[in-house]
Amino acid sequence: MPCQSMHNGFVLALLADIHGNLEALQACLAHARAAGARRYALLGDVVGYGADPAGVVDVAMGLAAGGAVVVKGNHDAAVGGDAGYLNHAASEAIAWTRTALSDAHRGFLAALPLERRDADAAYAHASLHQPARWEYIDGPAAAYRCMDAAAMPYAFCGHIHDPQLFFESGPGRAVAFRPTPGTEIPVPRHRRWVAIPGSVGQPRDGDTRAAYALVDFARERITFHRVAYDHLGVADKMERVGLPAALVHRMRRGV
Amino acid sequence: MASEDLLEAAVAGRRGTVVDGFTLGERLNAGGAGYVFRVTPAAGADPGFALVMKLPAVGPGEPLEGVVGFEMELMVLPALTGPHVPRIVASGDLRGVPHLVMEFVEGQPLMERVKAAPLALAEVARIGAAVADALQSVHAQQVVHHDLKPENIILRRDGTAVLIDFGFAHHARYPDLLAEERRFAAGSAPYVSPEQLRGLRGDPRSDLFSLGALLYELAVGELPYGIPATIAGMKDRLWRIPPPPRSVKPDLPPWLQEVILRCLEADLESRYQSAALVAFDLRNPDQVALTPRAQRLRAPGVLAQARRWWRARDPARLAALPPAPKPARVIMVAVDTSHPDDARHPAIRWYARQALSTTGEHRVMCVSVVRAPGLGEGPALGDTESGRHLHHLARLRHWAEPLGMPPERLSLHVVQSADPAATLVELAHRNHVDLVVLGAPAPGEKMLAWWRSVASGVTAGASCSVLVVRAPGEPDARPAT
Repeated sequence: MPCQSMHNGFVLALLADIHGNLEALQACLAHARAAGARRYALLGDVVGYGADPAGVVDVAMGLAAGGAVVVKGNHDAAVGGDAGYLNHAASEAIAWTRTALSDAHRGFLAALPLERRDADAAYAHASLHQPARWEYIDGPAAAYRCMDAAAMPYAFCGHIHDPQLFFESGPGRAVAFRPTPGTEIPVPRHRRWVAIPGSVGQPRDGDTRAAYALVDFARERITFHRVAYDHLGVADKMERVGLPAALVHRMRRGV
Repeated sequence: MASEDLLEAAVAGRRGTVVDGFTLGERLNAGGAGYVFRVTPAAGADPGFALVMKLPAVGPGEPLEGVVGFEMELMVLPALTGPHVPRIVASGDLRGVPHLVMEFVEGQPLMERVKAAPLALAEVARIGAAVADALQSVHAQQVVHHDLKPENIILRRDGTAVLIDFGFAHHARYPDLLAEERRFAAGSAPYVSPEQLRGLRGDPRSDLFSLGALLYELAVGELPYGIPATIAGMKDRLWRIPPPPRSVKPDLPPWLQEVILRCLEADLESRYQSAALVAFDLRNPDQVALTPRAQRLRAPGVLAQARRWWRARDPARLAALPPAPKPARVIMVAVDTSHPDDARHPAIRWYARQALSTTGEHRVMCVSVVRAPGLGEGPALGDTESGRHLHHLARLRHWAEPLGMPPERLSLHVVQSADPAATLVELAHRNHVDLVVLGAPAPGEKMLAWWRSVASGVTAGASCSVLVVRAPGEPDARPAT
């Protein structure tokens, strides 16, 4: 049997790019709890795009108080500062998001760290490699930079909205792998891995279901999941609060 | 003991060394794939069958591929189930003493049979079908073996083939650790498929090429491409057609040559599309559709080979990814030839046609299970056994005609049995059937308990999908209220 982990055996849920989508977050949390998750890591972009930023930040604050890892995403940063580098729809959504948040919410987001490390893994929104530059892990080279900067077996990130698993295949080389939802994948700790669970609140791969992942450190396994919820109801709500039509369309179609 | 010392002691074959609670015994082999020892478990941990432990060849001077291959096997083997792979009992990864403890497969290594090749025709077909069964089972679990050869096959006493050594394997839902290791992801020279030489992994048809090379060796006593020593020599198979088996062994029947050469097609689309279809042909020689392949008595001439060589060098062809295997489902239709006028026949035929309407290389087996004589069979069907059989076969052929199936993808079976449900389930299992289409109990049989019907027996017993057909307009069976 694999060596006994020195870490506690709790299963960790990876939740990235929630983007103010409370229904998707709740669906993923319920799914994760039922699957045995007792630890949570929120991998940034808690807000932006979605219609429930306050509700989502409330959940994030509750999880953080319970010991969850929460790192800052570029949309979270934009709430407190310059949103100039976001596209038009995104910055419009950020402007609206600011009005929907309380001072306490904004303070929580502003205080989030860009990266976190614990005994098991390194966490950042975009990449462990210069996290403030919001580099997209869009291929093996960027993934290798991330695993190298993490200098740990596991690095967990978000930012790209598609589920991806990268592994170290040799000196200076990483290989990309597209996981199948629901498959438990062995991720032995003697290699280095970068896992991107996909987006909880705004998937763009044509599958409207919320994406997240579960990591079992003791058994060295990761499982990517997709969770169905009422995404059409969420799109209607976005329309009602006046968020840009392009974002509503994206929510309806998962593109 | 530190793990390095333990591994060293283990690899040195020091009897009595204890790894992960298992005590090392006799060493069975040592090769590129690592070391295999018989082991005994700790008291109270006996799984009820004999065990071996596999240790990778690691350490200074050992090639890296052994380690990656072992890692791949560590991922893939525990995920596989069924009688065609050894059962895994324990494992340890590369941070400690890397090892796999598995069932010691009792039986005959195929290597021993190969030494006696050429084998008798019936034995070639039997072994070939058993290996095809094993491949079908592994492929159905989304795994490609990628290193099929006699050394990696053991025949259990009941004839079942077991595949061992998954160090080159590819699992569709796991990361492919060998994806970028083209230098050594190629399998063994005499058996490796042309597309593997191009670095393409994960296509189950690659294993069927290796199966073709194995069948060739068993039937002819020689390897189709010899034992190439260089990559250039191996790449011959991208275009060269091997000498037809009958050019070496003239008494080999055309049907077997057809099967072997179809497995060995360099072009993935011309090859068999699934292991199940190879198994079927090896078990039903009279059903094999013969093409010019079957008749070849000489290797193609220089000009033809040159043409193929030129075509294989076409950069567009080399750059293109081969198309995915065509769907090749086996559909079994149970036809009651004792009651040719039954109202359910057209409905069953309609649903069978629906199942066949998608593109692909589907195969249909029409089966009529007839009861033993004297069990309600009228004398009109002839008095003799063979007369009855022929009569049912004629009705079956007539029933199947409107389906318009090409003969090579249609087979007709008349089977005598007192237990039709059990017979259909057994046939479906043996032929890797994907879907059984059969009639619901006739209106007149509705008084019978459902669980006593053939339809319920097949539905409960089969491991595949079952479509139970009723004729349109059948009266409602619910009791009147």
